[in-house]
Amino acid sequence: MGIQQLYAEAQQLSTAKLRDDIVQQLYDRSNRLCKDGIIYSNSKRDTRTEKLDAIFTSPIFGFPIMLTMLGVLFYLTIAGANIPSSMLAEFFGSLEKYLTSFFELIRTPDWLHGMLVLGLYRGTTWVISVMLPPMAIFFPSFALLENYGYLPRVAFNMDRLFKRVGAHGKQSLTMAMGFGCNAAAVLSTRIIESPRERMLAILTNNFVPCNGRWGTLIVLASLFMAANFTGGLKSLITTGVIVGIVLFGIIVTFFVSWILSKTALKGIPSHYTLELPPYRKPKIFDTVIRSSITKSWSVLMRAVKVAAPAAILTWIFANVYIGDTSILMYAVEFLDPFGQLLGLDGYIMLAFILGLPANEIVLPILLMGYLSTGSLTEVDSLVDLKQIFLDHGWTWLTALNMMLFSLLHYPCGTTLLNIYKETKSKKWTFLSFLIPTVIAILVPLIITQTVRFFGWM
Amino acid sequence: MGNEYRIALAGNPNTGKSTLFNALTGLRQHTGNWAGKTVSLAQGNVQHKGKTFQLFDLPGTYSLFSNSTDEEVARNYIVFDKPDVTLVVLDATSMERNFNLALQVLEMTRNVVICINLIDEADKQGIVINERLLTNRLGVPVIKISARNKKGFPMLLDTIDRILTGAIECNPVQTTYPVEIEEQIKKIEPKVSELIGSHLSARWVSLRLLDGDETLLEELSKRFVQEGE
Repeated sequence: MGIQQLYAEAQQLSTAKLRDDIVQQLYDRSNRLCKDGIIYSNSKRDTRTEKLDAIFTSPIFGFPIMLTMLGVLFYLTIAGANIPSSMLAEFFGSLEKYLTSFFELIRTPDWLHGMLVLGLYRGTTWVISVMLPPMAIFFPSFALLENYGYLPRVAFNMDRLFKRVGAHGKQSLTMAMGFGCNAAAVLSTRIIESPRERMLAILTNNFVPCNGRWGTLIVLASLFMAANFTGGLKSLITTGVIVGIVLFGIIVTFFVSWILSKTALKGIPSHYTLELPPYRKPKIFDTVIRSSITKSWSVLMRAVKVAAPAAILTWIFANVYIGDTSILMYAVEFLDPFGQLLGLDGYIMLAFILGLPANEIVLPILLMGYLSTGSLTEVDSLVDLKQIFLDHGWTWLTALNMMLFSLLHYPCGTTLLNIYKETKSKKWTFLSFLIPTVIAILVPLIITQTVRFFGWM
Repeated sequence: MGNEYRIALAGNPNTGKSTLFNALTGLRQHTGNWAGKTVSLAQGNVQHKGKTFQLFDLPGTYSLFSNSTDEEVARNYIVFDKPDVTLVVLDATSMERNFNLALQVLEMTRNVVICINLIDEADKQGIVINERLLTNRLGVPVIKISARNKKGFPMLLDTIDRILTGAIECNPVQTTYPVEIEEQIKKIEPKVSELIGSHLSARWVSLRLLDGDETLLEELSKRFVQEGE
């Protein structure tokens, strides 16, 4: 007798009531075990959690508190990162002089010095000095909020909105995970039972910036967004811009979810209960150490590891000439008209294309590209970094467009691979590439053309 | 390689499963307290008395029926990959809800340790748990721990060790169902045994068949029937 046959037989014996009874019996037994084996001596219930939840998840205060928390987090990150950033830049700058003298001493050919010191070393150390301090502040603070139990409340608040656009409330959890890593977040959509809602969560996860993109966003915002301001106000404005970018990503998530749930992924959102864990005093030391070391360090190492070969490749491309134009410039010139249309340029487009394996390397590759055609000699502070961008015709509009493109563009290679593994569908994997790409092209295009049309630029 | 054993960690979300996993294995896995944080099986080793325990952190689930991929991953691991011991982690402050999962695990496999976590939190809230009574009622060891403060670990590791050496014998007390259900189980159970042999609990499979668990059915036909024919 086959298993199918046995199943059919079991189905004949079974009734809906029988199924309910099975579950009921488990509940009854749990209940008896607790009655006999557990004594609740004083009914000192956890009223603190209830009181806090009344505030944190209140329909009135929930969202303002969320935005404020997010803002404070970014403010601390941006304001706190400046000093260590310039210290690191100075340190790497002075080290470079020694490196150069050493290369002269052992009489390395110019091209090797150029490739290793001016290309690889300078590019990577600038990225380290601008990306490491913000990450070392942002990740631990975010982890503390999570540890305390605040993040599930964020999910609870967002749940109301997700229901409205036809998606599952748990999508807010997978989205929160995306702030860490989109590739991991795609796996986390497994908590969503309905395949339709799961697909929505997978397709839109990319619209929250992951570890690899935080660096780019924070760097560009702090260099360009508050150029005319100083001190606290400058950090405040920069914070506002980043909060805005994140919010914009969330709005796009809702919009795309809504469109899809009305078209390709039609259906009614299913119900579920979201359990809010009690607030727990975070283990501060553990959390800070764990997230700053493991997370910041691993993001950085990944950037450096993937950036090093890319840097060398970029340098070679920039120095191998066909006729009187380098390979790099061919690519850049080919991409430039399209880039200009979006308020970007050929270098930026190339950096995003070469950055497909990992978002962390977009900024390093861009720098390498610029360095190979730039004429900068001294490395003293972060101002130089901005100078490189300015030399290549950057304005606040370029920075804004690049931030938006970074936020909205196609998922990284690892994420795409995970999407394919999870959906086992080439069609959906392709769509998860296509939808963000189209949006990432449209948004800067509209902004740039509008700004140019009204002559604001 | 004879002294390597596989230990699975199962439990509801928010019971501190991943904290326990990290504390035991020394891994610095990022954990967060919400549903579905563990997305794939994390694995780490613990050395104890010359034995190597390979710990597998299963996704946190409320049940082990085929409701979501997470529940299937956890259930398939316990049933088909057959860990040597399964730890079910419960939250001492919300035992009643947590017991459901424990009872389901007891139906699926034999070597089970019930691990009541967050015991110091329960103390603060005036909750007193009689683990001896629970051990008697369930037929498997019940141990109180605090994963955050690393309390109760020696006892936990010793218990696992003693199950592996046979010093403790687990005899999970099965949930008895109303007479009508028990009769139906009796009708199918022999046929199930005949088909799948002693690989899995025939009683549990019968229950799942009666419950109409189609994904389990697919899993069974994939793993057993094809090989058998």
